[in-house]
Order: sequence, then structure tokens, then C-alpha cells
Amino acid sequence: MNSPWGHPAPSSDGNGGPPGLRCHHRVPHLRALEAEAIQVFREVAAEPGKAVLLFSGGKDSAVLLRLAEKAFWPARFPFPVMHIDTGHNFPEAIEFRDRRVAELGAELIVASVARAIEDGTLTDETGPRASRNRLQTPVLLDAISDHGFRAAFGGARRDEERARAKERMLSFRDDFGGWDPKAQRPELWGQLNGNVKPGEHVRAFPLSNWTELDVWEYVAMEGLELPPLYFAHRREVFSRDGMLYAASDFVERLPGEEVFEETVRFRTVGDMSCTGAVRSYAATLEEVVAEIAATNLTERGETRADDRVTEAAMEDRKRDGYF
Amino acid sequence: MAPVDTPQRTSELLRVATAGSVDDGKSTLIGRLLLETGQILEDQYEAVERASKERGDGYVNLALLTDGLRAEREQGITIDVAYRYFQTAQRKFILADTPGHEQYTRNMVTGASTADVALVLVDARKGVVEQSRRHAHIASLLRIPHVVVCVNKMDLVGFDEAVFDAVAAEFPGAHAIPLSALNGDNVTERSQSTPYYTGPPLLELLEELEPAPDRDDTAFRFPVQWVIRPMSDEHHDYRGYAGQVAGGTVRPGDEVVLLPGGARTRVEAIDTLDGELDEAYYPLSVTLRLEGEHDVSRGALIAAADSLPEVVRELEATVCWMAQAPLRPGARLRIKHATQTVAAKVESIDRRLDVNSGEHEDAAELALNDIGRVRLKLAAALAADPYSENRATGSFILVDDSTNDTVGAGMVA
Repeated sequence: MNSPWGHPAPSSDGNGGPPGLRCHHRVPHLRALEAEAIQVFREVAAEPGKAVLLFSGGKDSAVLLRLAEKAFWPARFPFPVMHIDTGHNFPEAIEFRDRRVAELGAELIVASVARAIEDGTLTDETGPRASRNRLQTPVLLDAISDHGFRAAFGGARRDEERARAKERMLSFRDDFGGWDPKAQRPELWGQLNGNVKPGEHVRAFPLSNWTELDVWEYVAMEGLELPPLYFAHRREVFSRDGMLYAASDFVERLPGEEVFEETVRFRTVGDMSCTGAVRSYAATLEEVVAEIAATNLTERGETRADDRVTEAAMEDRKRDGYF
Repeated sequence: MAPVDTPQRTSELLRVATAGSVDDGKSTLIGRLLLETGQILEDQYEAVERASKERGDGYVNLALLTDGLRAEREQGITIDVAYRYFQTAQRKFILADTPGHEQYTRNMVTGASTADVALVLVDARKGVVEQSRRHAHIASLLRIPHVVVCVNKMDLVGFDEAVFDAVAAEFPGAHAIPLSALNGDNVTERSQSTPYYTGPPLLELLEELEPAPDRDDTAFRFPVQWVIRPMSDEHHDYRGYAGQVAGGTVRPGDEVVLLPGGARTRVEAIDTLDGELDEAYYPLSVTLRLEGEHDVSRGALIAAADSLPEVVRELEATVCWMAQAPLRPGARLRIKHATQTVAAKVESIDRRLDVNSGEHEDAAELALNDIGRVRLKLAAALAADPYSENRATGSFILVDDSTNDTVGAGMVA
């Protein structure tokens, strides 16, 4: 095959350069992923700027915070941290959020779903299957526009779900916060286009190329602290649709849903109303990493009721402006 | 907390791009790689099984697993790049699964731009068709270090050596593998049916290839993303230049030039939160401190003093055009190169590449998905390398000022 523009054909053995010149540094994949994420943080902080980091208290946002810290060290990262508080959070996640933010000396913005419900802006779902998952979207969009944010960092990963697998590192959002999968900006050579007009913003996902296992290995490598929810503990639970839910005041139980005690841990941390627990004895980081490496169920399939609604549940919510 | 020592920790990252249509068996091959490396989990497999049944596919349609958008599943085609991840004890792979049709050339270019390896699929029954040639041309144009030609569906031609040889002969310099994605021959296990093929099966080959070896051999390049000035009590006079090494290696004491200004200085230290480093190289993100005081801001390029890029006000480049409206001489755009953005004007369009034949033809404009040679005039000086020397400092994107869309991708000639 002749190469266009007269370039030599690509070599098959990798020894493209003159012999003896090659001195390939072996970069462990976690360090390569870390470098890529740091590059995204710095790039977005510069263009479009006026950014915010979305923090939920979960493992992905713990990693996100750590990477933000690394990207701008020894300065503090140049953006606040924002939590979309549904009022149905695990108390352990809130406690962890407040402690980490205080340690970092960061500014915390709490956008409250409960307040929007009290105001009458939003209507709470009722009944045993009530969830505030969908209500997060308008609260998030209002907070972004009220503060005039042009970029919001999120911890979404492409391995989580197949609609996410199609999303760019920078996900452009129009005036309504919606995602149009057919009008995504091509991203070549890691080059990001963060240009937005007034009213528009980008969601930036520095962890796009990370898998659940990468996140856990990174937590272990960096010795990061996580909320105790992620490790095996005794908890009062009840069973619904084949998942175990934490018994709490936020979830109304159906007839026959008995509460019992079980040794469990959480693989994801969302609302208490839609996050399931898994039976597990993995009480240390090492044990959790081993468990994740051997699992045969995806984290969202196993523990998230919000993704089970339809075949395109995530794609639909993203089009509406979801995380 | 005690660190966890797992084999994955020392594995490297390899970026792979595939191109092709469902007919080539691309989705089956990807599905096979994911299955064999244990990446398809029970609930995902069951969901695909269920959806296949509902559609009346009559088999477990692994394409449903890779096609993430409703429109793609409905039409049975891949429209946009999807990213997949799989891992072996040696490596973690990021697979950019791109569409093969000509009308999605821009998406293919996008997926291929960062790839270390391109997998070009050929259906053994059909031989080398236009689409496979196009994929190979694009891989070559983007200078993907390795091209692996997967001669698929060998089971349907009786594993005929002559068929395989005929395909392989059309891609000199590429590594060709006879395989059957459906049955698994030469995917993860060496096939008994291809005694004439002495190379490793596909997965083993992917584990052995050097990821983009050229990045280490090139001169040191460091586009400044952000200037770090903490102004805290502890770091009152600190001034560091944050960025990602785009090529080469740097050590404290190295002489560097700050471009486009041209000031010369030395690297004082390489900082990270985890401590100072003795050296930094691609792809590490670090912060450099320099000797002396300098006027350096975002957009500057710190380069090895003994091997400088050219500082130019005009660029000749190979451009892939990605917008509906054609690119014509006189067009005003913004060019984003490394971390700098400057205004640009199209001086001339010299020729277009026929991606199917590899031939050039005269052209006055570039339409959507066209690739051609373009001359650009710049409003300010840029420090650029030829793309053949450095994929990061030799490439750029073109942005339309009125819409903010990314409308083109360029490689410096």
C-alpha cells in the first residue's frame, strides 16, 4: 500500500525510528489515566473557565477531588465544589463530603432538591417507589445557571453504561442542559473545544476512560479515604426486585417487605431510595479490589434502580440534562 | 493504608482503534475480545440476549452491546465512536470503535487520532474492498504506529492460505492475521487450521506491541496549560508552569526555550503533588519551575533548546473537514494548536485526497469528510512541529467562531 503524501508505510514491529534510539518508558496505566485526567482539569479550568466540581460523596468524586488537587498543586484548585443534595442521601456520604471539603479548604455549594420542593418549584414523587432521581436534573441546571458556571466536572465513566460510552470528555450542553448525541464535538489528539456561549455549558468528565476497577486500584494506590458505606458492614435492609435496600425513613416499604439485618456493602452511592447494597464480606480495600476484579455483574446493573427503567434510561436522562 | 499489589498496577495503556461495518464482523470481533477477557458481565449478556430475542435476530447479537445509542440499535449501524475497555494481566486496552462508512470518515479520524494500533478488518470472502483500503489510508495518514489487518471469516473460505496471502500482500508493512471472530480462531488462541501463520493470535499481539514508541524519541515539548501561583504563605513566591509532556524527556538542569518568544533558560525542578521528579516524559502531567523570571502564560510552548520547532505565521497542513458547509479559500476560522488559539484564514486549498484510492486530485474546496492539503495564514505566531515528528504539537483543530463547533482537524505538513 502506498501512503498518501509520501509518508512511509507504518511499521509492523514498532521499531519505526533508527535502531538504538528507542527508550520507551513504561508508564503504568493508572499513571497514564491520571495524567489524562489532570490534563482535562487544567484545560477546562482555562477554557471555558468558571467551572464547578460536582461532588456526591461517592468513590468517583473522591478520586475526582484528588485529581483536581494534583492538577493545581501547590495552589488550591480554582473552582468550588457543588453537591446536588436530594435530602435522601446516606448520612455517611454527607459526613464524608463535609470533612473532605473542609480538609481541602474548598468552597462548598449545596443545591437542595428538598428546598425546591418546599418552594413549590418541584413536586416530590410519593409512594413506596418514589425517587428524587429525576428531580436532581432541574436543580442541577438551575444551580449551574444561577452561578453562571460554564463548566461542570463530573465523575461519569464510559464503562458505566452504553450511552455514556458514546459521550465525549467534554459534553456540550445547550441552554436547556440537554445532550445531543448526534451533535457532539469531535475530540482529536486530546484536543478539547470548551468554547461556550452565554447560557451554555460543558460537562467535563476527566474519568471517562477509567473503569470501576481502575477507580478502586487508584483509591488503593493513593490511599484515599472513602465513606464507610463501601466496605462490608452490618445494616438493616429489605429486599425488593432482587436488590437489597437500606431501611430508612426515605423509603416506604410495600406489604411483605420485611426488614432484616445483613452484612453488606455498596458499590455505588446514590440516593438511599435507588441504591442497592450487595451481600459482601469485603471489609478492606484489598478485599474490595479482589471482589470487583472477580465480579460478574456491572455496578449499575447490580445496584442502581434508576437505570433499569427502560433500555435507553440513561440516554433519555442525559438528553434531559442529567449528570 | 497498605498499598494493594495487583498485576494490573504495572500494566500499560494501549489505545486501539477499529473501523469497519457490521458486515465485516467487526462487532463480533470486539464482542469476542470482550468476552474472552471477561469484560462482558452476566447482566450485560442477559440484556443483549433479551434484546436480540425481542428484535427477532435469531442469535445473540453482540453488536447490541457496542451500539450505545437508540438510533444505532434501531438502524443496526455504528454512527459515532464508542469506547470499550478490556484488560489482561499485561495491559489495559482502550478500544475506540469507529464506524466504517465513508459518510462517517470524520468519526473514524477522531477515533484513530490517539490510537497506538489500528485494526483493519477484511472479510476473507470479499477480499480487500474500498472500505478496508480507506481505513488503511486513514491509519497511515494519522501515522498510527501499528496497523493490524484482521482477515476475518477465514472459516468460510476453508482457511485457504492463498486467500490470506492475497490480502496480506496488499498491506506491506502491516501485520496480517487470519482469523475467525465467530469461532475464535487466532483471536486469543492459536488456530489449528492456519499452520501457515506463525505469528501470535490477535490478543497476544496487542499485548506485545510497543505503544506509540515515537513519543519518547522526539524532542522535548511542553505546552503550558496553566500558570500555578498559589500566593499562599507557604508558597508565596512559587510560580510553576503546568502541562502535559507532549514528547521527549525533561530533567532538571535541561536547557529549554520558551516559545514563541524565544527566551532561553533552564528547568529548575519538576513538581508534582507526590514530590519532585528526576525526569518527566510523555504522557505525564507535571509542573515545571524555570530558572529566572519569564513572561510565560498559557499557550506558550517550552521546548528542548537543542531541537526547536519552527515558529510560523503560515501553515501547510492536511485537513479533515468536518462541517456540512464546504471549506473554501478565504474562510476565517480559529485554530487551536496545543494550548494556544489564534485566528486563521484559509489561503488556498491545493488538493484533495481520494481516501479510497490514495490518489490526489486538484480541488478548490473541501466538503464534509474530505481530506485535503490546505494553506493557512495565522494572526499570531505558532510554534509547530511537523505531524510526522509529533502527533500533539503537529496537530490542531479548527473552530468556527460563529457556532463554536469543531469543524476541522489538521496535521502540519
